[in-house]
Amino acid sequence: MNIWLMILVGGLLTYAMRLSFILLMGKIEFPEWLRHSLSLVPPAVLSAIIFPELLFMDGRLDLSLDNNRLLAGLVAILVAWRTRNTLLTIAVGMAALLILQAVR
Amino acid sequence: MLENRSGKAHLYMIFFGLFGFQISLMHHHLDRMPEVTQTTRSPFSISAARQFWTGVRIELPLLLGVIPFGMIYGVLALEAGITPVAAQAMSSLLFAGSAQIITVELVRTAVPGFIVILTIFLLNLRHVLYSASIAPYLAQLPARWKLLLAYLLTDEAYAVTIIHYTQHKDAPHRHMVLLGAGLTLWSAWQLSTTAGILVGAVIPSEWSLDFTIALTFIALVMPAIRDRPGLVAAFTAGITAVLAYSLPYKLGLVLASLVGIAAGMWSKRLR
Repeated sequence: MNIWLMILVGGLLTYAMRLSFILLMGKIEFPEWLRHSLSLVPPAVLSAIIFPELLFMDGRLDLSLDNNRLLAGLVAILVAWRTRNTLLTIAVGMAALLILQAVR
Repeated sequence: MLENRSGKAHLYMIFFGLFGFQISLMHHHLDRMPEVTQTTRSPFSISAARQFWTGVRIELPLLLGVIPFGMIYGVLALEAGITPVAAQAMSSLLFAGSAQIITVELVRTAVPGFIVILTIFLLNLRHVLYSASIAPYLAQLPARWKLLLAYLLTDEAYAVTIIHYTQHKDAPHRHMVLLGAGLTLWSAWQLSTTAGILVGAVIPSEWSLDFTIALTFIALVMPAIRDRPGLVAAFTAGITAVLAYSLPYKLGLVLASLVGIAAGMWSKRLR
């Protein structure tokens, strides 16, 4: 298949998924439980991205103290929890990772 | 009604917003420029422009991770034999980092086209969740705004915007926050793709800049967890994502999100 056809069809599908509920909302009424559950989407999706990022090293689960990303991530979680400051969280987390990579 | 009249006005606002931003850079604060405020803008446009720049500002930290990612994509696309024009077009039309990288990999290994498209579909299924989650905040907009903002609804723009929305309920012109965040990411993605295509340079992987994306999400998720159902949803989704890691097409992410949401709803019902 032509690369352009893949880009076009894949792009249209992706756009349709992004547009789906944005366009529907207001035209159809959502039940209360569904609206409640939507408020849980951000913590669920973000955690589903974060956990594997911290716990998998080169495709393998690594729960040991040798896992630099896990340790740096825990430091970042602590900073984010105490300060709620995005830039500080990134700075401290990155510094922790680079220091850990340097000393090992 | 207000929204229907404001379509063109918003374009002016962005323009004046850009103008105003330069002024605010010079003078540190928009409020110190009363003559500008009175002659060129109504309070309406100031508010919209502020919301736009709020979107830009909250998106900026993410670019640290996005720009190297875009450059790597550009390099890989050319290595896979995709023409520069097609590589750039994919960044504009598909506009989804992980799907683009995997498409490049599948094209390189000569996987049939319909498999590539199915993979893109599955990988981007999560956007249906984003769309549903952000839709209540955009419900009052005219259709052309919905069509534009849906195009800009990437992982990174969604994440910062939805957190902002949940913390600033009922703010006027809040769609401008998504526009600001979305356009910022869009510009960075297009330009970093171009840079990757042109320079062919890759930022050394030892710098681990990709980790800044995970760090940004950590910074975003903490304020998003505001009650026990949120905490239950976060932990359940995280653990499920680890258990389902080996599922193909990032399906683990979709599954984990749904399991996490269900668990959060269940814990809400318990009380």
